[in-house]
Amino acid sequence: MPSVCLYFQVHQPCRLRRYSFFDVGHLHDYEDGAENRRILDRVAEKCYLPAGALLLQLIEEYGGAFRVAFSLSGVALDQIEQRRSDVLEGLQRLSATGCVEFLNETDGHSLAFLSSPREFREQVLRHRERIRSLFGREGRTFRHTELIYSNALAAAVEKMGYRAILAEGTEKILGRRSPNLVYRPSGCKKLKLLLRNYRLSDDVAFRFSDRNWAEFPLTAAKYAHWLHRIRREEAVVNLFMDYETLGEHQWRETGIFDFLRALPGEILRHPDFCFRTPAEAAEAHEAAGEIDCPGFISWADEERDTTAWLGNAMQQDAARKLYHLETAVRRRKDEGRLQIWRMLQTSDHFYYMCTKWFSDGDVHRYFNPYESPYEAYINYMNILDDFSQSLKKTSKGEKR
Amino acid sequence: MRILMFGWEFPPRMSGGLGTACYGITAALAGLGHRITFVLPQDGEAGAAPFLDMVSASGVPVSDNDRDDGMETLLRRLTLRPLPSLLHPYLDPGQYNALYLSQGNRFQTTAAVYGPDLIAEALRYARASGVLARTLSFDVIHAHDWMTVPASLLARRISGRPLVLHIHSLEYDRSGENVNEEIREIEREGLEKADRIIAVSHRTKRMIAEHYAIPPEKISVVYNAVTRTEAQRAYRTERPGERKIVLFLGRITFQKGPDYFVEAAAQVLHVVPDVTFVMAGAGDMMGRMIERVGELGIGDRFHFTGFLQGEEIERIFSLSDLYVMPSVSEPFGISPLEAMMYDVPVILSRQSGVSEILKHALKVNFWDVREMASKIIAVLKHPVLAGAMAEKAREELRKIRWENAAERIAAIYREAVSGAGPQRTPS
Repeated sequence: MPSVCLYFQVHQPCRLRRYSFFDVGHLHDYEDGAENRRILDRVAEKCYLPAGALLLQLIEEYGGAFRVAFSLSGVALDQIEQRRSDVLEGLQRLSATGCVEFLNETDGHSLAFLSSPREFREQVLRHRERIRSLFGREGRTFRHTELIYSNALAAAVEKMGYRAILAEGTEKILGRRSPNLVYRPSGCKKLKLLLRNYRLSDDVAFRFSDRNWAEFPLTAAKYAHWLHRIRREEAVVNLFMDYETLGEHQWRETGIFDFLRALPGEILRHPDFCFRTPAEAAEAHEAAGEIDCPGFISWADEERDTTAWLGNAMQQDAARKLYHLETAVRRRKDEGRLQIWRMLQTSDHFYYMCTKWFSDGDVHRYFNPYESPYEAYINYMNILDDFSQSLKKTSKGEKR
Repeated sequence: MRILMFGWEFPPRMSGGLGTACYGITAALAGLGHRITFVLPQDGEAGAAPFLDMVSASGVPVSDNDRDDGMETLLRRLTLRPLPSLLHPYLDPGQYNALYLSQGNRFQTTAAVYGPDLIAEALRYARASGVLARTLSFDVIHAHDWMTVPASLLARRISGRPLVLHIHSLEYDRSGENVNEEIREIEREGLEKADRIIAVSHRTKRMIAEHYAIPPEKISVVYNAVTRTEAQRAYRTERPGERKIVLFLGRITFQKGPDYFVEAAAQVLHVVPDVTFVMAGAGDMMGRMIERVGELGIGDRFHFTGFLQGEEIERIFSLSDLYVMPSVSEPFGISPLEAMMYDVPVILSRQSGVSEILKHALKVNFWDVREMASKIIAVLKHPVLAGAMAEKAREELRKIRWENAAERIAAIYREAVSGAGPQRTPS
């Protein structure tokens, strides 16, 4: 029985304030609180609350036949916990239905795995604990920031006890094989790999309201029909997208909520199809083969690699200097400093420094609060400078 | 197409961007097969551009016939007198001279091109143009800035050919609120009577539409570009690197914002002492700038080169680690493009036309000295930033070509010839 696996990513970075060189040594608050609140409130009203209510209604209506998964970045959770208890309660109500899986990821929405295995492990454990305490559920599925994936990551994740991991269903690792099957990561024994069907996912996430698209307007019936056409031996269709697709990237006026409301009925109209969460899908289907992925892949840009965050010299310099502080940060044994260091690891800060503007430019600019990648780098490095100095200052203070 | 072009400066006789732009535009137009007669007010050093017929207006004999050509109406409305605005408001003329002399005449001023009798010059130039308009055959008139307006209007009237007026700079850019009314009046007349207007940026287009009430549909934006030279390659790798050099290059006048550069330099030197600031150029604010550098006590890290030209400019670019253009009002601004050709990262004022097309430069509001200083420090401090900017700028420059500008201009000629020209007989 083919599974449809719907997972929504919830992430809001902690945007940094404009921080001049002349602020270094004077200003130790790095967050643009007003902007973060403004965006969170907007997204809560346009997406989190109405989408959450609709999902709850659908789950109740279909009596458990409709199931979804979420991954909540720790950075987004921080902001939601502080400011929007209504959003958190909505998520907890969804969790209480038993039809919603919450995935685990790095708490700081970071690229730690690429720089520090120890930091990666600590962030995953921290996130696992937060999800457990907020929703009472043990994470069984892991997804890495920006759907970054490699053999080495899969091995580390298996070692931490997870049963499933998500990745991008790109031809780079699949060759001519289908993304609609469950696979085994090369070198793993138990862990299963679920791959995003990027065509079908992006039909909703990117193309839904595109009037120049040949398939516009996309109805739930048409979309379900595409899903129903998969080959008999294919087992699972993974539709992974940003939660903000619902109401924020695709506004309410585009009809995205009506589409979602009609979707479960249209898909379940075919008796062979059912909804499963990633952990359930991984358990229900045997691995159809092995996937070898020696280098890193991701769900970003046409390249599907890590160059959106670590592709140019500025990004590499910033990351190197950030992780170079790890020893000093740990030596401080100061939870506040550790959390600032983690906040600075969020992948978005590096994404803003991306200079690949001419092919993927539009998406980058839409999400970028800076005028240019150079401004993003300067701002970040000034903050890192101050943070680094603050680590030194206190250690001296303690010796006295 | 045959073009009668009125200019004010042309290499090597020039003091700024107008000459550079005229060279780039005419060379690219000639490359497209157009034939250009370029009229300059005074004897230039001939032979600078083999693709042009260079005509010097000062050598044209003017008969009484040409004097009396309706042009006198415009002449009578103008009082001819020296322009007091050329002297800096902070200095009286005596002070200016004293400063100028104290430098031992090391600094060449730009008086040869922009003299105190500028309006009288423009009108003398206009008279000669009548003769040229009668004797030469051409399809379209292309004039650059207000100095050539009287000449080009007269040529338009005599020949019946359409006039394309190319605005590189307005009186508002040059003088801020202290606008010279006579010059403004000449600009207005030219903008109203021209058949088509070319603005070097959307910024300039907006100013033309707002300050002179010209319908925007008459104005086309054609961005400037940059000419590649041989010397650039030879000098490229010369940067010595011991002490970093931050460069200002341009006329030291109100419009170019030299005072903001000096203030930013002081803020930078306060935290990063090992930097040299260079102010290359000359102008009516130079004395005041020298004084201010003294007041701030940064004289040992701040140098004035005086007016530079030709290879000296190439040399100074190649020695620099950062170029700053803090202009208060810059219709376009070619010099950042020149800096980029030497792999020099650029900080630009947002109040510039060139900032509309450059992505791989840092931008600041000219008045925000602290932000300017902060960005200067960032570029000096982070070699990867300077490197990334230079690398991407190289790609960006490949798309900024005079050939593209010339194609746009030729299309505007065609529109003007087919649609305009007041006394034009159909042909």
